[in-house]
Amino acid sequence: MNVISLHPYDLAMASTLILLDAVLSLVFRLRLHRGLLLAALRMVVQLVAVGFVLRYVFAVGETWLTLLVIFAMVLVAAREAAARPVHRLRHGGFLISLASVATPALLTCLFALLTAIRPHPLLSPQYAIPLAGIILGNVLNSASIAFSGVLDGVGMQASAIEARLMLGDTYRAATAELGRDAIRRSMIPIVNQMSAAGVVTLPGIMTGQILAGLDPMEAVKYQILLMFLLAGGSCLASMVAVYLAAARLTDNRGRLRLDRLVTR
Amino acid sequence: MMCPGRGTSIRRNIRIVMSQSQLLSVEELNGSGVGPVSIALAAGERLAIMGASGAGKSLLLRLLADLDPGVGKVILAGQPREAIAAPSWRRRVMLVPAQAGWWAPTVEAHFELSMMEMAVTMAARLLLPPDIMKREVRVLSTGERQRLALVRAWVRRPEVLLLDEPTSGLDPTATAAVEALLVECSGEGVGIVMVTHDAMQARRMADRTFTMDKGRLGAA
Repeated sequence: MNVISLHPYDLAMASTLILLDAVLSLVFRLRLHRGLLLAALRMVVQLVAVGFVLRYVFAVGETWLTLLVIFAMVLVAAREAAARPVHRLRHGGFLISLASVATPALLTCLFALLTAIRPHPLLSPQYAIPLAGIILGNVLNSASIAFSGVLDGVGMQASAIEARLMLGDTYRAATAELGRDAIRRSMIPIVNQMSAAGVVTLPGIMTGQILAGLDPMEAVKYQILLMFLLAGGSCLASMVAVYLAAARLTDNRGRLRLDRLVTR
Repeated sequence: MMCPGRGTSIRRNIRIVMSQSQLLSVEELNGSGVGPVSIALAAGERLAIMGASGAGKSLLLRLLADLDPGVGKVILAGQPREAIAAPSWRRRVMLVPAQAGWWAPTVEAHFELSMMEMAVTMAARLLLPPDIMKREVRVLSTGERQRLALVRAWVRRPEVLLLDEPTSGLDPTATAAVEALLVECSGEGVGIVMVTHDAMQARRMADRTFTMDKGRLGAA
């Protein structure tokens, strides 16, 4: 494979685009510059750190170390997914987020390792960690949109939900539309991604692999596999997130418990 | 005149309840901003609750409908609330709030097909336009929504109706129509607890009137 190695100078050149954005933000008073620069800085530090960690983990090749890295990634993803909605649960929000992110991501990852990729050993860090990473990233997005759909949407729909409760509907029936709406919204990004793949954009992973010198057809096969995994994982994550968040907003008498929500 | 659509079996059941005991009995009920409250409602009885805004009247109705958590003894026709599944309780002890919620774009989507005929009859009794069922909820006036919320509750045949300011947005003619219907329905055995700011209405409608202050009930 012919990999064109990037020099830090090349990255510094590209970073001028971020600086340009920051200048535009100042000129047009968008108040974006601080957040943008901070996010860019955070991204660089995180990626460089992860590069070193991965280099070490790949060199050691121990299963326990691979699992430890994946566990740490899951914890961060769970924290991020719980942090997105404007309203959050007073208690148990992180655990629900952890279950919503970890269960689908790990199941999907294991499914791919066992059925499609089949590396030797199964938890080979070169395969398990990047796979877990990309699935977690998408699952995180879906779970956080689903959380937001329930936790932010329930306040707006409270009078409609309670109207149904008052008339004798069960909590499940009264909140069904809210849940369906949240799941639909959370699936929009992955559906868009699949629809646009190859036509509007070349997906990131595929682009990366082609730039790294892989045969385009091999890159395409990996991309198709990933899209299927991401769609499966995202849908599962949305459903778990919606079910658990909605369950936390009721009690044994099927009431709507908005007192269990706090506004950020 | 009989309340529209009420079946003979329902009437018979209610008569049995009436002859047996009180319809709704509440002892030492405490909830957020309410209590302790003790109150008894016989079948066919109409109670009015008055009091300043923020006294806890609406919260009491929500507690009775089991929409907010509370502690205390609440018994319906001899059965403690805990022994009745929550949806079933709310079907039997039904709250019509001052501003009811709507979950579908059209009025008719809020009624099951089997209820439609009775709903149309009831709507006409409450002086609502003949095409009201076909209209979109967003174009309804406050008064139309209020009366439709009452129709929506009534066609589900509750045993106790909890009404939060049921005529606050209505003109005198529509108010009279609602009051007439409520009197008839209580004549069928339905217990009514009604929150109102209108002392004249309480005098006209209620068998007993209470005043609420800082979450506690007292005789008016």
